Amino acid sequence: MANELKITDDLFEKVEHNYQNADTISRPSFTYWEDVWHRLKQNKLAMLGLSIIIVLAFMAVFGPYFNKFTYEVQDLNNKDVGPSVVHWFGTDSLGRDLWTRAWHGARISLTIGLVATLIEFVIGAIYGGLSGITGGIVDDIMMRIAEILYSIPYMLIVILMSILFDSKGIFPIIIAMTVTGWLSMARLVRGQVLQLKQQDYVQAADALGASTAWKLRKHLIPNTMGPILVNMTLSVPSAIFAEATLGFLGLGVQAPKASWGSMASDALASVFTGNAYQLFIPAILISLTMFGFNVFGDGLRDALDPQLRK
Amino acid sequence: MVKYILKRLGMALITLWAVVTITFLIMHAIPGDPFSKEGKQPEAVKNNLMRHYNLDKPLVEQYVIYLGNLTKLDLGPSISSKSRSVNDYIEDNFPVSLQLGVIALAFASVVGISLGMFAALKRNKWPDYLCMILAIIGISVPSFIMATLMIQVFAVKLKLFPTSGWGNIHNYILPVIALSLMPLAYISRMMRSSMIEVLGQDYIKTAKAKGLSEGQIIYKHALRNALIPVTTVIGITLANIVVGSFIIEKIFRIPGLGKYFIQSVSNRDYPVILGTSVFYSAILIFVNFVVDILYVVIDPRIKMERTGKAKKSKA
Repeated sequence: MANELKITDDLFEKVEHNYQNADTISRPSFTYWEDVWHRLKQNKLAMLGLSIIIVLAFMAVFGPYFNKFTYEVQDLNNKDVGPSVVHWFGTDSLGRDLWTRAWHGARISLTIGLVATLIEFVIGAIYGGLSGITGGIVDDIMMRIAEILYSIPYMLIVILMSILFDSKGIFPIIIAMTVTGWLSMARLVRGQVLQLKQQDYVQAADALGASTAWKLRKHLIPNTMGPILVNMTLSVPSAIFAEATLGFLGLGVQAPKASWGSMASDALASVFTGNAYQLFIPAILISLTMFGFNVFGDGLRDALDPQLRK
Repeated sequence: MVKYILKRLGMALITLWAVVTITFLIMHAIPGDPFSKEGKQPEAVKNNLMRHYNLDKPLVEQYVIYLGNLTKLDLGPSISSKSRSVNDYIEDNFPVSLQLGVIALAFASVVGISLGMFAALKRNKWPDYLCMILAIIGISVPSFIMATLMIQVFAVKLKLFPTSGWGNIHNYILPVIALSLMPLAYISRMMRSSMIEVLGQDYIKTAKAKGLSEGQIIYKHALRNALIPVTTVIGITLANIVVGSFIIEKIFRIPGLGKYFIQSVSNRDYPVILGTSVFYSAILIFVNFVVDILYVVIDPRIKMERTGKAKKSKA
């Protein structure tokens, strides 16, 4: 190491002290989000998760068009055909092409995951924000209600709601999931708001006569965005998981539409007839999606708050 | 302390009442009557059935009757099998679920806690990696997939275990593993981070300075304190196991309450769905109540923190 360093005379030249340029910032300045992205890029697991999400999303959009089959047409002459050149993922017990069904299922599963998360965010942010900002007795009552709803098992209420809606479209399933799904978001937002309300800079803004809208825009929203984003990333897989479980119990989307859960449920019998590939395909896709969103969410949390990392 | 317990008990009862009311309303908001599935019946038969199940009365009266029966621990009749009531289902089938659930809970706790502890003690060595891999599998692979994959590999291919059934010791192994995997992953992660935090505390340094042996430090000081936060996840774990049991019992054809719950869902047997939902919720609410009390008893710091926090949020 030391002998590689060539010591030359120009290293000892005197540097003129320039008063005019003393304050110039010589490195490019990073915004908060650039910083987060920089930290996130170094987390290999999170990047793997992000790539999985991107690939799955791409395939959900374009995958069904890659071959000539459609997801609902049955071909009873070609049922239970293993993966081959014609049917890349094989066919199911009704002769439907599993490649197309798998990516069609991806559309449904990802749509449910994303839309449910978005609705939960909107309701949760409004409820939690209102509760935290108002404070006092209103806050107490709102949080008691949330606490009671929170102690009802999530899957139980999802199952009950999907019995109530019985129509088996995508939208009723999303509603069933969001009925109590927004609670954790509301609790998170309320906690953040309460914490921020006591921060010195918010009180300073208060003292300077800032309006509520200003405080929201400049202080509350930017500072709560991080944890909310993490919560949203992690709630996508739990919605997909809930949908898969519903589909598996026969409460999911109506046939011939496919979701990963209903595909796994249909394939349950295939295990005993030696066509286990029918089960592996939705199983692998569900697991990959859950894995991708979970590790990406974890990575995002670490990147947003490096001190939290142990 | 008594005041705290009473407050928690009151909260638990209100929650239970809310669950009963919500479930009752959902079940009665479903359009049509529960008998329409059985095909067309003469008007008189239908009217008699409606009268028998009190469905001809106004909703409020039905609700009052239902609440009244609940206080007598009567969870209501079944429609699809007329000779059995919800109480019969619980008496006959819940012990099976309970057995499965308790074994799974014990397995998840013992393995999860030891794995988490070793992971914390041997950071960046194989127990830590095992803990991490298990945590990733636990969050990524839903229990129904784990169960069906295990059937495929261990029952169909290797023929080590039966694919379904109940009673024999061989029947327990696959369902218990499938049911406990997610809670196990959760507990081991929780235990790992809690243990790491405790190991950094000053009293561990003091213990070391006193010259205590490694074993004494770990078991007397670190493990006991690290367990406290882990007890808080018992409620979540149990909820996981209850919901998991619906699916696992269906897949392995175990005659537990979960299997009948799912069956009543597909039969649209509303009184059974209502009764079992209330029963499950009551168990979970009760366990959460006990856990709440327990960790004030285990850790006096929590009580102080809690009252402190409560005061702060009111201010």
